[in-house]
Amino acid sequence: MNARRITASVLVSLLLYPAVSQAGGAVPDPSRRQQLIYLLRQDCGSCHGMTLKGGLGPALLPEALAGRRAEDLAASILDGVPDTPMPPWRGEISEDEALWLAGQLLKGLKE
Amino acid sequence: MIAVFRKTLQLLAMMFLGIATARADGLRGTGDLGVVIERAGGSVLIVETTGQTVLGRVTGLGDLSHASVVFSRDERYAYVFGRDGGLSKIDLLTRRLVGRIIQSGNAIGGAISDDGRLVAVSNYTPGGVRIFDAKTLAPVADIAAIYGPAGQRSKVVGLVDAPGGRFVFSLYDGGEIWMVDCRLCIDGGKPVLTRIGRAGKLPYDGLITGDGRFYIAGLFGEDGLAMVDLWQDPPVIRRIMDGYGKGEAKLPVYKMPHLEGWALADGRFFFPAIGRHEVLVADAGNFREIGRIKMHGQPVFAMARPDGRQIWVNFAHPLNDTVQVIDVPSLKIVKTFTPGPAVLHMEFTPRGEQVWISVRDKDRIDIYDTRTLKRVKSLPVRKPSGIFFTARAHRIGL
Ligand code: HEC
Repeated sequence: MNARRITASVLVSLLLYPAVSQAGGAVPDPSRRQQLIYLLRQDCGSCHGMTLKGGLGPALLPEALAGRRAEDLAASILDGVPDTPMPPWRGEISEDEALWLAGQLLKGLKE
Repeated sequence: MIAVFRKTLQLLAMMFLGIATARADGLRGTGDLGVVIERAGGSVLIVETTGQTVLGRVTGLGDLSHASVVFSRDERYAYVFGRDGGLSKIDLLTRRLVGRIIQSGNAIGGAISDDGRLVAVSNYTPGGVRIFDAKTLAPVADIAAIYGPAGQRSKVVGLVDAPGGRFVFSLYDGGEIWMVDCRLCIDGGKPVLTRIGRAGKLPYDGLITGDGRFYIAGLFGEDGLAMVDLWQDPPVIRRIMDGYGKGEAKLPVYKMPHLEGWALADGRFFFPAIGRHEVLVADAGNFREIGRIKMHGQPVFAMARPDGRQIWVNFAHPLNDTVQVIDVPSLKIVKTFTPGPAVLHMEFTPRGEQVWISVRDKDRIDIYDTRTLKRVKSLPVRKPSGIFFTARAHRIGL
């Protein structure tokens, strides 16, 4: 499972690399950002807690994710974590959006 | 201007209804009361189902994402279990918070004992079950869910009350089912713990049948359910519905199903499948699969109308704007509604003539007549999630 995860994240990082290096990752526009934060709190929140303090899934707060790479978190978001309830969100969330969300998680949401 | 006028009229109407449902002497019963969780605001509404009105709001309840409620046996008090480990006790008559503790860092649900003296909470962090005096919320027992040779701590799910002052629950990480007998706890006695055994991979929720006999845990990691016959002594775990999706790739699950809304109707059990857009039907006599009903999405709740004639089903994100109704005799879907985005919960009135449905993203509760399948009313509510009526007080496992 770990090998698979690492391969997946390497692949995703490779895919994302140009966008990140040139533009720092395409940042979603404000209305999409708002949608993503709503999704994060409400729908990711059903497993990770609305305040992201954790639930069935682990906490997604900056302290909990300290030292993690945004690319790896984005890979988990896009492809899920096999054999666990973490589902893949590819299709609903684009690669740029996943990377942006991962960045928000690492930084911490306001309030 | 017109809006203001309308508001005033609405207010007047609400006042009138308030007066109409309260007795002249100020006394009222609580059998038609309920609690609606307002997920985002850390508040709950006290509602009544006779005139379908909101009686008031109680605030200051903390993080209510994934909150649930049980009722005292006199149906006067509601115990609200919050995600942040908060356990709040509300007086439905005065609509006041009368007790509140933070009993853990992260909780998932709770139960009340058959004699009404104990309230138990299942916790994610620290993983285990804590039991409190229902009157005072003073702690009476603390069961750490420690499993395996390395002594890891497991999240606890599927906590239910069982007859005889017992609680049954499942270890999500540990994959086990445990039972605690706490009859003597309140008088200083020790809880008696029984590790019933291995349930399977990642039990995610549990239910107990209305007669208090069978405890059933749903498994995320396996196609099947784990069942315990509590009438057996000692109780043992049996696998049922094994391999219900054999050979089929699982679909992603964007919200975990809840078994609390399990349905027993016409000698058949109805369960949400996991990773499939189906409701599973099992013979209640032998727990063999007798059918599957294709549904609109991943079912979250599959709840039987109290008389068992219909099953109402809601769905996980992103197909959560829909509700479907299964007709039990024919096993056919007789109605598909689209109340709006994020239908989170459904609750039947005590005898089931109406069902209340929370539509989170519309900030609304819709009330349907279950015979005509028509909407009869909507109530404005801020981000509603769980709806709980006091009739639960007298049902095992709720
Ligand atoms: C159905 C439940 C569920 C939902 C919904 C869900 N997650 Fe998860 N998530 C999990 C679980 C369980 C894990 C832990 C997997 C494991 O054991 O490694 C996880 C892990 C993760 C991780 C990896 C954390 C780490 O330390 O590696 C990230 C990041 C994450 N989720 C983000 C999200 C985001 C963002 C969403 C919404 C778009 C979301 N999750 C929705 C259950 C869920």
